[in-house]
Amino acid sequence: MSARTDIVDEEGSDTKSSFKRNTPVAIKITKLDKSFRGNQVLRNLNMDVKPGETLVVIGKTGSGKSVLLRHIIGLEKPDSGEILINGMDVEDPEVRKKHRFAMVFQSSALFNSITVAENISLYLREHRVFQDENGIRQIVSNTLSIVGLEGKEDIMPSELSGGMKKRVAIARALAMNPDLILIDEPTSELDPMMARTIGDAILNLRKHVEVTQIVVTHDIDLAHYIADRIAVLDEGRIIEVGTPKEIDRSTNPIVRNFITTQFEREEGGTRL
Amino acid sequence: MNSVTVFFQTTGEIIKLLMESIFWCKEALGNREKIFKQVVEIGNRTLPVAALISLFIGGVLALQSGPTLAQFGIEENIGGIVGLSFVKELGPVMASVLVAGRVGSAMAAELGSMSVYQEIDALKTMDINPIRFLVMPRFIACIISLPLLVIYMDVIGWFGGALVSSVNPDIHVPFSVYYRNLSELVDFSDVLNGLVKATIFGIIISIVSCYVGLKTRGGPREIGTSVTKAVVLSFILILVFDYFITRLLILLNLD
Repeated sequence: MSARTDIVDEEGSDTKSSFKRNTPVAIKITKLDKSFRGNQVLRNLNMDVKPGETLVVIGKTGSGKSVLLRHIIGLEKPDSGEILINGMDVEDPEVRKKHRFAMVFQSSALFNSITVAENISLYLREHRVFQDENGIRQIVSNTLSIVGLEGKEDIMPSELSGGMKKRVAIARALAMNPDLILIDEPTSELDPMMARTIGDAILNLRKHVEVTQIVVTHDIDLAHYIADRIAVLDEGRIIEVGTPKEIDRSTNPIVRNFITTQFEREEGGTRL
Repeated sequence: MNSVTVFFQTTGEIIKLLMESIFWCKEALGNREKIFKQVVEIGNRTLPVAALISLFIGGVLALQSGPTLAQFGIEENIGGIVGLSFVKELGPVMASVLVAGRVGSAMAAELGSMSVYQEIDALKTMDINPIRFLVMPRFIACIISLPLLVIYMDVIGWFGGALVSSVNPDIHVPFSVYYRNLSELVDFSDVLNGLVKATIFGIIISIVSCYVGLKTRGGPREIGTSVTKAVVLSFILILVFDYFITRLLILLNLD
């Protein structure tokens, strides 16, 4: 599958683009430690992510999921340990020259003073990816249609619901044509219907781009819905990794406890 | 960390932000729309208030000094006194205080909100340098706008002084006498003196406000705290630097 054609159709268009075709990345994290003011958040964390897979990291609130993502994208520096992206250290400037990373934040982090279209096209404009407006407009339109928000280009972020903001944030990430997308708590504070819509939007990305995805969530239902593999994070360590079925069969008491608690809550009607 | 360490760390970080902003000025042409937008924003926020306060400050200056001068029969010098006070001191200081209060506070609030709601992190993940994207346009806009605002306030302040001097029976100096005296006593170097101060104050306001905004952590309460901190710090630095710039200009025989 061509990773680019569904985002922007370059064939038949005279739009000149400096976009490289994306190549899903492999990630290897070894002995990662991080503490904030004496509070150890990540402890000797080891994790592998295969190119092109969707790895969902689950864990209870405060287990270090978001901190892990911030390390992978380079917003935090580890106290010790290393993160390798296709064999290169994440802090090596060459990594950013060879690969594009995108992150969808828990708060969506849309820029409130500009429209949805301007949010999505910000990367393209700032890095002068296209030499004319047609290429940018096409990418904005295509990415919005992938996340099911056709025709919302001129709306301001303040006019969007929480779920729509998350989907615009996913579209903004997708517009970068990234090799790696990190998604932080995509369904937090959303109702079950909207959570399913977000899950569909994340699954839909796979049909359009070959990309490595790491999603962190405490929503076991979403994890089962979108994951190729699930990693369970507890107290700053990965304690179990496997396919959704393998995780369901896990005998690890912490994993069992996490899954059981989640399903009990769902039966109580708080989730899907 | 003790307060001495915090002081030196903060000073170091502010100087670093200043240096990086100067470095990114090389991209000013490509970001001219953002800079123009900021200049318009500064104008929108300050011009009406600046007109009002400079008109009344000019009037008060004339009201305070005019009758005393009249007692000694030298009231025709009122134009020069109001003119010099405005161009060398009141114009730049009042314009800077106004910009710090109305524009610096907005900068700190906007950047503080962007920091708290992860928008700065979002920029970094998109490989967009926040200093180039957010600080540099505000930095250049302040450097352009403040001297222009000072000229605008000088002109209106002079007029305020002229109005009171001509209308007030204790002074009674006509417009023609007032402006003739003003043009005899105020020369270009005096105006330049005020513009140098305004430029430096513009640098202080933009860098301090952006620094405080970018350092904001926490939630809405911290955004409010940052706004107060940016305004207070700007006021203090404007007044402290005003003294030292004046001293330096006197030493260089430019005052």
